[in-house]
Amino acid sequence: MNAAMFIQHFLNSLTLGSLYALIAIGYTMVYGILRLINFAHGEIFMLGAYFVFWGLTLVHLPWPVAMVLSILVTAGLGMLVDQIAYRPLRDAPRISALISAIGVSFFLQNVAIVFFQAIPREVYRPEWLENPILMGDVRVLPLTLFVPLLSFFLMMGLVYIVYRTKTGLGMRAISRDLETSYLMGVPVNRVIAITFGIGSALAAASGIMWALRYPQLQPIMGVVPGFKAFIAAVFGGIGSIQGAVIGGLVLGFIEIMTVAFFPELAGYRDAFAFILLILILLVKPTGLLGAKPEDKV
Amino acid sequence: MLKVEDLHVYYGGIHALKGISLEVPKGAIVTLIGANGAGKSSALRAIAGLVKNKKGSISYKGKDISHTQPVEIVKSGIVMSPEGRRIFPHLSVMENLHLGAYSRSDKDGVEKDIKWVFELFPRLRERQEQKGGTLSGGEQQMLSVGRALMSQPDVIMLDEPSLGLAPLLVKDVFEIIREVNRQGKTVLLVEQNAFAALKAAHYAYVLETGIITLSGKGEELLADDRVRKAYLGG
Repeated sequence: MNAAMFIQHFLNSLTLGSLYALIAIGYTMVYGILRLINFAHGEIFMLGAYFVFWGLTLVHLPWPVAMVLSILVTAGLGMLVDQIAYRPLRDAPRISALISAIGVSFFLQNVAIVFFQAIPREVYRPEWLENPILMGDVRVLPLTLFVPLLSFFLMMGLVYIVYRTKTGLGMRAISRDLETSYLMGVPVNRVIAITFGIGSALAAASGIMWALRYPQLQPIMGVVPGFKAFIAAVFGGIGSIQGAVIGGLVLGFIEIMTVAFFPELAGYRDAFAFILLILILLVKPTGLLGAKPEDKV
Repeated sequence: MLKVEDLHVYYGGIHALKGISLEVPKGAIVTLIGANGAGKSSALRAIAGLVKNKKGSISYKGKDISHTQPVEIVKSGIVMSPEGRRIFPHLSVMENLHLGAYSRSDKDGVEKDIKWVFELFPRLRERQEQKGGTLSGGEQQMLSVGRALMSQPDVIMLDEPSLGLAPLLVKDVFEIIREVNRQGKTVLLVEQNAFAALKAAHYAYVLETGIITLSGKGEELLADDRVRKAYLGG
């Protein structure tokens, strides 16, 4: 393998890793606050991609507008899912909300099949993303640069919200001690809703970029990336945003690089994530940056 | 100012409070003493809006607040510093104080009150950038009280503020309580340290397995034989 090829694989890894990371952040934020694995998150990702598709084909919106609108609509949808499916179960045993999440996942998949039909749809890609840029020997699709860059800015925005705003302070408080957050006057349900909104917005962004990279939409397209991003979140330490980003990137690199160096393993590509999950659960169940139980007060 | 009438609280199958009534007049220090499990914390938690399963009435400034959400109770001027201090160990002292002011939107007022809390507790000023979890027990107690004060309360409820502190610090804690009271705050204090609590309080209630068995002025109860036997070691 020469340097040019390596750089290409490196950029591909970064792209795929960023997409996983964006989804993983949503899993980890919701888990951090509610101790709930939001299994419907992969469907939120799928719907984000579909909304852009409909924005482009039905309403003929320009690309950037369709993208922003889709992110906003998906964020609202994520908040709605919380209101309908999880909020009534806040005081119920945790397993109830988990079952509800699995139910929402199937529900959204089937709604998508009914409304969008099961036939795969092709997504139109804007031209400026199609023409490869030549950097020396390296041929790069603008998309390969666009995805990590946009992901980076979105993550910076997230860091700003979580660490520099009042709502972020509320999130960090709730994730540690729900009851005391109530006593401090934190409007807990509103902060939780915003958390769902942010997680869903990031998943939508990921879904849209995913659809640009693999330009085919299907109602079940969120299942596998959803599971993998969940694994990335567990690998990084569920509840930790930094962990989710690292986990997503690591998974992206493992998938692309293993296939690059051992092409004969390409058929097992989807299995790598699950091997990683088994390994991390055996060796360090709390994940790379997960909270150690003794940290809890 | 704060009035509780015939309050019942249930946890699962447990009847934790069996109809207690108490009154907290403006500007007073009122204490609720009793053994472990008598229901003292349940009373405070019910007033703070944390307990859903309850009966009876809780009124504040003439308004019924027995079905009010915790956030609204904080806004109305009643705040609670919970048992075990419950400061956020992963957040800085400053962030903890800002959380206490979460229900407020007057930024200048919040900054002013942070200065005021730092004047009350100079140790917190020195440690403002430190994580809450790195503070000593006494400092954490200061932070817990300071954080509660940040919501601009009229009534501050303290749940076992002296619990787990060295005897020397216990004295400090009660000095803090008196100082907070001098600053114009009404105090509802729950304590196992009956002696210190009765000495500090204007009025006191004794709680036994969910029922108020005795009440009176702090110094009266301090002299009462039954109280001496049960809570003050003879």
